[in-house]
Amino acid sequence: MHDMISLRDLHVQFFASKKLIRAVNGVNLTVGQGEVVALIGESGSGKSVTLRSIMRLHSERSTRISGGLEVDGKDMLKMSQRELAAVRGDTVAMIFQEPLLALDPVYTVGAQIVEAIRRHKKVSKAEAHRQALSLFEKVRIPSPERRLDAYPHEMSGGMRQRAMIALALSCSPKVLLADEPTTALDATVQIQILLLLRDLQKELGLSIVFVTHDIGAAAEVADRIAVMYAGKIIEQGPAAELLTRPRHPYTLSLLKSRSHGAMQKGQRLETIGGAPPDLSNLPPGCAFAERCKYAVAECSGMQPREETLSPGHVVSCLRVHQIADAQAVN
Amino acid sequence: MTDERDIGGPRQPLLQVRNLLKHFPLKGKGLPFASARSAVRAVDGVNFDILKGETLGVVGESGCGKSTTARVLMQLIQQDSGELVFDGETVGSRALPLRQFRRQTQMVFQDSYSSLNPRMTIEDSIAFAPTVHGVTSREANTRARDLLARVGLQPERFAGRYPHELSGGQRQRVNIARALALEPRLVILDEAVSALDKSVEAQVLNLLLDLKQEFGLTYLFISHDLNVVRFISDRVLVMYLGQVVEIGSSDQVFDQPKHPYTRALLKSMPSMDPLQRTMEAPLAGDPPNPINPPSGCRFHTRCAYAQPVCRQRAPMFANDDSGHGVACLRYEADTASLFASEVSYA
Repeated sequence: MHDMISLRDLHVQFFASKKLIRAVNGVNLTVGQGEVVALIGESGSGKSVTLRSIMRLHSERSTRISGGLEVDGKDMLKMSQRELAAVRGDTVAMIFQEPLLALDPVYTVGAQIVEAIRRHKKVSKAEAHRQALSLFEKVRIPSPERRLDAYPHEMSGGMRQRAMIALALSCSPKVLLADEPTTALDATVQIQILLLLRDLQKELGLSIVFVTHDIGAAAEVADRIAVMYAGKIIEQGPAAELLTRPRHPYTLSLLKSRSHGAMQKGQRLETIGGAPPDLSNLPPGCAFAERCKYAVAECSGMQPREETLSPGHVVSCLRVHQIADAQAVN
Repeated sequence: MTDERDIGGPRQPLLQVRNLLKHFPLKGKGLPFASARSAVRAVDGVNFDILKGETLGVVGESGCGKSTTARVLMQLIQQDSGELVFDGETVGSRALPLRQFRRQTQMVFQDSYSSLNPRMTIEDSIAFAPTVHGVTSREANTRARDLLARVGLQPERFAGRYPHELSGGQRQRVNIARALALEPRLVILDEAVSALDKSVEAQVLNLLLDLKQEFGLTYLFISHDLNVVRFISDRVLVMYLGQVVEIGSSDQVFDQPKHPYTRALLKSMPSMDPLQRTMEAPLAGDPPNPINPPSGCRFHTRCAYAQPVCRQRAPMFANDDSGHGVACLRYEADTASLFASEVSYA
C-alpha cells in the first residue's frame, strides 16, 4: 500500500514584477489511503499554494516548482499537459471556496457533470445523466432530478457547494482536494457540508486534503492536522494530539486564541505581536522567530530541522524541548 | 463619563429602533424573472434598543437582514417605515437633523480596502469628514495624526501612505480611526473583523475594547462569528429572515437560549475536539429565501419543535422580567401547551 500523496521538500516560487515570491519552502507531507489531512494556517502561509501545486494548477510560465510531488505513485512534475489533464478529475479532484465562481454560469449543473463524466469515461449521454443523478442523491440534494436542470445562480450557497462536490466526485477520484470548502457558508450550512464530506470519505474511502483557516472545521473532519507558516509545515500530527498537546510556539498561540475560556469577557485577548514575514524577503533562520516569545539568537541564524516527537507528530523548532519545560512549569 | 451631548441621562437608550421595515422591490427592467409584486423583505418589523455604553452583538445567517438593518440605522438607505429615536430625539426631525445624527453615528465595514479612497493618503481620509463638518484642515490633520497613533499606527511612518501600501489589519485600523474622527457616540461595526486572520483579529478586538473605554463609545457589533460576538457583547440580538427572534444578555443567549433557531445556531459551531465530533447537523437545508418567507413563524420550516399552529400564527416578541426576549409560540401563554416539553437537538 503506497501513499496517495507524497510531497518531499516541495518548493514553489512565483515570479512577480522582478520579485521572487517564495510561497512554499520545503513542505514534507504524506497522505495515506483513506486519510483526511487538514492544512491550516493564516493567509499567505502557503496552504492553498501547496494544495494547488498538487494538481499543478499554477501557470507554468511564472511558477517554479521543485522537490518531490507524487500522487498515487505517479510523479506529477514529470507529466505533460496531456497526462495532467487525464489525471485531473480522474485520480485527483478539487473543490473550491466559492462554487459560484468555480461553476460555469451558462450551463446547467447537470450538463457540467455529464460533460466531466464523458470526458473521462466512455459512456452514453443517458448513462452519464443517470450517474449524475445518483451523484446528486449521494450528496443529498433534495429533488435531485429537478436540480440537475438548474443553473448555478438558481441554487443556494449550500446547494451549490453540494453540486460542486458531486462534480468533483463524478469520475470517482481517489483523492479529493478541498480549498476552504466551507468558509463562504453560514454556520448551520457549514456543519452540514463538513458532515457530508466526512460521510463521503468513509463511504468511498477517499483521501482528502482539506485547506482551512478554521481550526474548528479541521477538528470536525481531519485525522491529521498540519500547521503552515511562511510556506512551511511547522508542526503536524494526529488531530487529537495536535489540538490537545501542541508543541510549536505558533501552534500554541494559535490554539490559545480559540480554546475554551480563552475569550473571557472583560479580559484582553492574547495576541501574537507583529505580522507574518514578507515572502519575497524571508529571514535566513526560523520565519517565526521575530514574533516568538521563546526565540533565542540561534533561531534567527539557522533553519530548524524537523523533529519527530512521537509517531506522526513532527515539529520544526529549535527550542521545542525547552518550551515543553516552560509549559510544564506554568 | 459625562458627555454634554447626553440628553436623556444614562437610562435613556442611545438608539431606539421601532417597527423598522425595509423591502427591496423586485420589479423593473433589469429583473426579467421577478413578478411584479415581489420584494425582498430584508428587514420586516424590527424593534430593539441600544443602551448607552453597551456593546450589542447581532448574529444571524446571510440574508437575515443584519447588514440592511445597519445601513438603515446609518440612514445610508431609507426605511420604508418605522422610526429611529436617538437619545430621545427622532432621527430626521427638526431637533435632530440627519447631518447632526450622522456626526454621532459612524460605521466600519467588512472590506477594509473598498471602504477607503485609493487616491487619498490615509491621513487625508481620516481628516476628510471633520473638514466637511467645519473643522479647519490644520486641526483635522492634527486630529487624524493623533487618532493614527491611538489605533497603533505611528503617524510618522503611516500618515502619508496610501491604502494599498497597508496590510488588511492596518487598513481596518485606519477605518476605525476614520470612524472616530467625528467623535461619534455610536459605532456600527458590520463584520469589521471578519476578513482578518485570527491573530490580527485578536489585535483589532483588543483595540476596540480599549477605544470603547477611552472614548465612552457604544457599539453595535455585527458578526457571524459567535465566539467573537460572545466575547465582545454585553447583549446579543439574534435575527432570522428579517426579524428579531431573540434578544438578551450575552450569558442568557449563549447559556440559556430560548428560541429553537438560536439553539441550533449555537449547536452548529464546530466542536474543537476530534473526540467529541458533531454527529448530526442541527438544521437541514439553507435558510429560506427572504423574497417569499414562510407563513406564520418564519422558522417553522426548519424547526424541530414546530406544530401546526406555527404555520398559521406569527409569534409575538415578548420580554421576560430579566430582559430576555424571544419570539416563539412555545413561550406564549395560550399556545405553550401545544408543544412537547423538550426536543433534543442532535
